[in-house]
Amino acid sequence: MKYWRCLWVLLFLPALSYGSEETNWKMDPFHPNIQDMPSLQRGARLFVNYCMGCHSLRFARYERTADDLEIPHDIFMANLVFNDQKIGSLMENAMPIERSKAWFGAAPPDLTLVAKLRGGTWVYNYLRAFYTDDTRPFGVNNMVFPNVAMPDPFLQLQGTPVLGCRQVPKIAPNGGEMRDPLVAGRTITEEKCGFINVVEGSGQLTTTEFDQAAYDIVNFLYYVAEPARIERERLGIYVLLFLVVLYVFTALLGREYNKEVH
Amino acid sequence: MDQSPSPSRFPAMWTTFMSWVDRRFPATETFEYHMSKYYAPKNFNFWYYFGVIATVVLVLQLVTGIWLTMSYVPSGDGAFASVEYIMRDVQFGWLLRYLHTTGASAFFVVVYLHMFRGLMYGSYREPRELLWLIGMAIFIAMMAEGFFGYLLPWGNMSYWAAQVIVSLFGAIPIIGGDLMEWIRGDFLISEVTLNRFFALHVVALPLVLVMLVFVHIVALHHVGSNNPDGVEIKKNKNAEGIPLDGIPFHPYYTIGHDLPGIVLFLIAFCAIVFYLPEMGGYFIEGPNFEPANPLKTPEHIAPVWYYTPFYAMLRAATFPLFGLDAKFWGLVVMAGAIVVPAMLPWLDHSPVKSIRYKGMISKTMLAIFIISFFILGYLGTIPPSPGATALAQVCTVLYFAYFVLMPWYTRVEKTKPAPERVTMR
Repeated sequence: MKYWRCLWVLLFLPALSYGSEETNWKMDPFHPNIQDMPSLQRGARLFVNYCMGCHSLRFARYERTADDLEIPHDIFMANLVFNDQKIGSLMENAMPIERSKAWFGAAPPDLTLVAKLRGGTWVYNYLRAFYTDDTRPFGVNNMVFPNVAMPDPFLQLQGTPVLGCRQVPKIAPNGGEMRDPLVAGRTITEEKCGFINVVEGSGQLTTTEFDQAAYDIVNFLYYVAEPARIERERLGIYVLLFLVVLYVFTALLGREYNKEVH
Repeated sequence: MDQSPSPSRFPAMWTTFMSWVDRRFPATETFEYHMSKYYAPKNFNFWYYFGVIATVVLVLQLVTGIWLTMSYVPSGDGAFASVEYIMRDVQFGWLLRYLHTTGASAFFVVVYLHMFRGLMYGSYREPRELLWLIGMAIFIAMMAEGFFGYLLPWGNMSYWAAQVIVSLFGAIPIIGGDLMEWIRGDFLISEVTLNRFFALHVVALPLVLVMLVFVHIVALHHVGSNNPDGVEIKKNKNAEGIPLDGIPFHPYYTIGHDLPGIVLFLIAFCAIVFYLPEMGGYFIEGPNFEPANPLKTPEHIAPVWYYTPFYAMLRAATFPLFGLDAKFWGLVVMAGAIVVPAMLPWLDHSPVKSIRYKGMISKTMLAIFIISFFILGYLGTIPPSPGATALAQVCTVLYFAYFVLMPWYTRVEKTKPAPERVTMR
């Protein structure tokens, strides 16, 4: 029996190896919610307005997106489709690939599957990790994707992000935050650098509102990467319930036959 | 005890119809030979589910494969987009694709378990040597089928995995370079390669697989099934020539044993299809969500999990020998690891078949073999490092030791006496 126990442990060993690629930037968690229609709708609106000029969703269709996001076709066509495309068209843009290579150094990638390719957490943190850097062609750099050849599309919304320092709680050797022994409850802080601070009053949104906007975009991209996900997870319950009921009957039937075996 | 359904149970019209058919085609005879009068040992246990489940998965792969082919476009420009078209625009296309991708992994899971059963109970021993060899041929055909199929989505991992595996042939001295070009049909993996892999994946290998599975079953029903005790049930027959420890395969195994087992398997299988189809990147790998790009190598190229034990052994060969470079020896080690189980019928000299009656050395060697296989499988998924390579080398040696030392340890160890009749534990 000991052998079997060893086998099971080894069987699940590979699960431990699965993790995100290493980066020095502390990644904030991202929890997608494709049932949250307002978030997905806001995400679609933000994507069309701030991303789609350069990034297409060439495997997704407007109609499917409108239907899944519960947006009436006329409202969708009036507000989210800017050229003469039809509702059944693929969500492509007018960016010429060859020229965009000359403009940016690399053609802006299609983003239909980016949430699966890089993961939602990566995209969510990437969008919030731009900072002003005069040494770069577009005047901005990114903490999650250093030296990325992409301008910051959110300067207007987020404001001007600058790399700076912050006072953060000092961590004791045991892992806890250090408290001032003289003043009860006061935390001992130290200055740490490498944070992104937004110049106050430079953006249309507050930090919380901007984080929500970034979340909505990534939530929308998470949906777009696999529109069938809602249907898959809904249907799965019925399939599994059916199979469980079927199992009960097949097991009972099997038992009847097994009674004859001595 | 004749459990075969007597003709009197059926309506007269059916009997008339069947006798008309039977005069022209051995329908009843075939059914009786393979099902209702095929006597299988009555002591089958959990491990005897995986043969029939493998057949179920094969049928599932064939059926979903046919439907996927209806919408798939085997071209450099169209392949990736057509897979996304299947996932989005084809009615239940996502289900067909996930059944097929999960089915590929499930096929290997059940076949590995099926083979492990053979190792445990000595199912490769006389008179089942050919049965075992046909099974090995199925395994190799399956590996080829999986490899060709993996290129078809034309994702970046598809592309680079094919690139790595095909380039292995380049390590063969003298003919390597030309052989590689001949396999690809081009100087690099291209649309030409995609098209021929498509042809091999959807026509050639499925045909080979189906024929081999047919021959596997013919051979099995000729010699009869082994069992957990390794007892030959044909040695003890009653006056009518029916094995005393045998029961008709149909209905006692088809309905009494296999049907609930298949449904249990489907529950686990569907749970993955509907809730974990990518299996955290093990069934569908992350880099495959961007189209094939010859200019962009993925950070870490790893084959799908079912090849990783062999891939780890390939990478474990790190030093040149006899003037041939390490890559060539890696290929030799990998090919050897895949083929060496075929030698088992002639390596096992134990007086007993089943692990139940073999000695401690056999049990320990089998356990070490399985653990090495799992560790190698894990090592094949991670990027190489000095420590990982050293561990892979140790495990490769242990993997081969199971086979190479078998003639010795099966002879010297003390075995328990095998029973004359099957036991029901």
